[in-house]
Order: sequence, then C-alpha cells, then structure tokens
Amino acid sequence: MTKTRQFRLIDPELIGGTEQVPRLIGSVCAGCGTVTFPRQRSCPRCTSEDVQPRELAIRGELWSWTIQCFAPKAPPYLPGGVEEFEPYGVGYVELPGEVRVEARLTESDPERLRIGMSMELTLIPVPGASDTLTFAFRPVEEDE
Amino acid sequence: MSAGDDVAVVGVGIHVFGRHDGVTGLEMGAIAARRALADAGITWQDVDFAAGGSDAAGNADTSVSILGLTGVPFINVKNGCATGGSALTTAHAMLVSGAADLALVVGFDKHPRGAFNPLPEDWGIGSWYGETGLMLTTQFFALKIRRYMEEHGITESTLAKVAAKAFANGARNENAWRRTPLSEQEILSSRMVNHPLTQYMFCSPGEGAVALVLARSRRIRELARVPVYLRSVAFRTRRFGSFEVFSPSIPIESAPSATTEAAAAAFEEAGIGPGDVDVAQIQDTESGAEVMHLAETGLCEHGEQESLIQSGGTELHGRLPINTDGGCLACGEPIGASGLRQVHEVVLQMRGDAGERQVAKHCRVGFTQVYGAPGVSACTVLTV
Ligand SMILES: [Zn+2]
Repeated sequence: MTKTRQFRLIDPELIGGTEQVPRLIGSVCAGCGTVTFPRQRSCPRCTSEDVQPRELAIRGELWSWTIQCFAPKAPPYLPGGVEEFEPYGVGYVELPGEVRVEARLTESDPERLRIGMSMELTLIPVPGASDTLTFAFRPVEEDE
Repeated sequence: MSAGDDVAVVGVGIHVFGRHDGVTGLEMGAIAARRALADAGITWQDVDFAAGGSDAAGNADTSVSILGLTGVPFINVKNGCATGGSALTTAHAMLVSGAADLALVVGFDKHPRGAFNPLPEDWGIGSWYGETGLMLTTQFFALKIRRYMEEHGITESTLAKVAAKAFANGARNENAWRRTPLSEQEILSSRMVNHPLTQYMFCSPGEGAVALVLARSRRIRELARVPVYLRSVAFRTRRFGSFEVFSPSIPIESAPSATTEAAAAAFEEAGIGPGDVDVAQIQDTESGAEVMHLAETGLCEHGEQESLIQSGGTELHGRLPINTDGGCLACGEPIGASGLRQVHEVVLQMRGDAGERQVAKHCRVGFTQVYGAPGVSACTVLTV
C-alpha cells in the first residue's frame, strides 16, 4: 500500500491496494483453488504447499453479524480505559466464490444490519490507537 | 460388541459445582473419586487403571498422594473441553481390551473469575486480531447462532427458553451452582452481551469435580445394583470447513461438525439410533449451543428445535429431556469436569436416582455430547 502521511497499517501482511481502495491479501491454492484469509503457507483443505498470495474481492454479502456490547479485557484494547468503549459491529462477509472474512463493521445499530446485505471493504482507526488503521466492512446501497 | 466385552458405569461421585475458596481442584477431584468408589462399593486399592485431568487445576495423577500410593497406572489427560471425554475414551478402551477390570475416571477444574482470556498468538493468529477487537469467544457463539437462526427459523424466545429450563432444573439439583429460577422475560431483558445473546444465556467458568468407576464383564453384576452400560464413546476433531472459534475466515464450502461426526460414530458403534434416546446431556456453553447441538447430534432435525423447545419437549416431563441437571448454564463450566458431569447425570436418571429432577419417562437409552474449542467433540451412548 502507498505510504500515507499520518497512518500506519495494523499489519501490512493483511492489507494491500491503496488507501482509497484497500484490498485484503489472502492466498489461493494452486492445487484445489481454496482461498484463505489471512495468507497461509499451505492449504488447509488439501495440504498443498503450492499456495500464492491473492488480493480478495472488496464487495460481498453479510453472512452473519453481532454487536460487541462489552469492552474486551485484552489484548491491550483501550489504553484510555473502558469509559472510552463504544459497542461495535462484527460480522462475516462472504466474498463471492472466495471465502467468508471476519471483520469489524462500521455499523453498530442492530436495526440496520441484516444477513444478505451488501458490504464493502474500508479502513477504520484501531480503537485506542487512532494513527493505526485496520480493515472493516461498511454497508453499501444497492445502487452505489 | 460381545457380552464379555461389556463395560458399565458402576459408581459415580461429584463435588458440588460453583466457587469454592480454600479448596484446590485436586482436592475436589479426590473427594469426587472417594464418592465414586464408595458408590461402587470398592476401595482405591481395587482400581487397576485410572485416567483423568483438568484444564487449569493441575495433574490428576498427583491425587494418588491423597487417595493412596497403590502403584496404579494413571494417565493424565489435558485436552481442553474434551478432557473428561478423552479420559473416558482411554478408560473404555483399556476395559474393552481386557487390560483392566476396574477403572476410575476423574475430571476437575478451578478457573479464575470472569471470562476466559485467550491470546491470539496462542491460537496461531497475529496480534492484529485482538487489537481489532475480534478475540472474543462470545462473538463466535453469537455469530454462529445468528446465522443458524436465519437459516432454520429459530427465535430469540427459544434461546431464552433454553436458559429458563436450565435454571429451573438447576434449582432442583443440589450440586448445581445457579439454583434460582429465571423467567424467559428476565433472561431476554438481562444485559446484552453479543446480539442475540444476553447475560443469562451464557455459562460462566466455575469449579467442581466428577468421578466415575467403570467395570468390565463379570465385575459389573457383582458391583452394580443397576448397571448403566457404556455402549460407546466416540471422539472427533474438526474437518476443513467446520465453523469454529477464532476464525479470521471460514470457507464457503461447509463440512459436518466434530459433534455431527462423533455422535454418528457413537450411535453406530452402539447399534442404537438417536430416535431411541430417552434422556440426553449436551454441551450448552450458551443457549444457542444447545439448540444447534440438538440437531447436530441427530436428536432432532435442523429447525425442529423451535417447536420442540417451545412445546416444552426438552423439559423434565417432555418427550426428550435435555440437560436435566441444569447443564453448563446452571452448573457453570469447570472445563475438566463438564464432560463427566454429563455422564454422571445420565447415570442418575437411568438408575432412577435423580430425586427432585427425575424425568417422568422410563429411561432405557441415554446420550451425552461435549464440545469445545477449537472443534473437538466426544459423545457417549449409555443403556440399562
Ligand atoms: Zn488446496
């Protein structure tokens, strides 16, 4: 990913593309076509070691979701203390023909989340570390 | 299995579940072991094989320093939530093979208060996973049941009814931890943890111990008033495509769960079908787990849980009583003891010794299923 002025990525092994259009980096097995995220050195399905990196699709459908309603205890999550905690959405997004990826969701209102809705990859600041970006999915309008 | 190879549970013992300051896990294990030996009418010196373990409370074999140094072969097991099931598998195999006549199996545990606190690095995942806020078991349970509810028409009311049943049964069990009945409405309106799961739909890490005495062939009739035969024990781990805790991604191609495969193997080995089961204890780490495991084990069809549970079918007087001792929800989860607690309860029900919580129907076939991270399951079939 191209360097940005003030941000660093949570893990450069995970995220490629550009800041405007980020891509998740997974891997694909040359033998059986199984796609994984993050990148793996061998295939969990057929055990082949002929596995190549692959930029994953940026859009998919919400496969399941929840709202995280309490502050995780660890690993260090909110250096400022639990008073800073805001509930957040978590889900699996099915990237068509590839894999279901677990991610933060930008939406945390249970009334506005439903299985099957369209989602797109984006970047959000890591809680408690606003100069670091991690990946997330945001709802997209059908005509967007 | 020929008659000569029969294995039966001839003694059971339990140390009350809950929190017990000042008592070690090992001491609880020894207390449960003595009770199981007394129930079988034998002494520790009669035992010629032992297996047991805990997840966080020490090595089971050191209990010989409490029970007595008899030279007995004692295998320590440490296998997460499947610790009890693995110990039972080992003892069963020793008895069936004829390598032992009388075996003791013990499981115990003692965990720190509050939620388990795993680290991504211990699970082969980068630190980004925790920093992003994804390293939580409760999220996994919620994500799994949310999808299941969508696919199979399960309602939030049904999740609450599972917990209400657990606490109602726990109130009738002197060895349970949580003994206060809660209404469906109280459970639904308790603090939201991870949508759709509320506080009272989750079990908590706890403390406790269970021991079983197993015997083979001729010793069974000598020892047991009502022998409860252990027809099969089957233990499986996950395959590619099963949806397990702490998965940054899951394949689109799905596979049968470890529970589905372990249950099918246990029924096949026993020569008994899931439709013959009269009483069962299944893993209920949270309400959704009980719902999903009912179908994964074959005890009902996927989606049938909604009518089965709403109609009271899994209650003490229902057609398929489930988790009659209150399960993990009311007993708490001492990891090393949970799997054996299930067998302990089925044995009491099948002997007719379950007191206030004795099920209405006559029980001839019992079943247990334990499940744990990251995708292990052990199932048993028992008959009288
Ligand atoms: Zn492959």
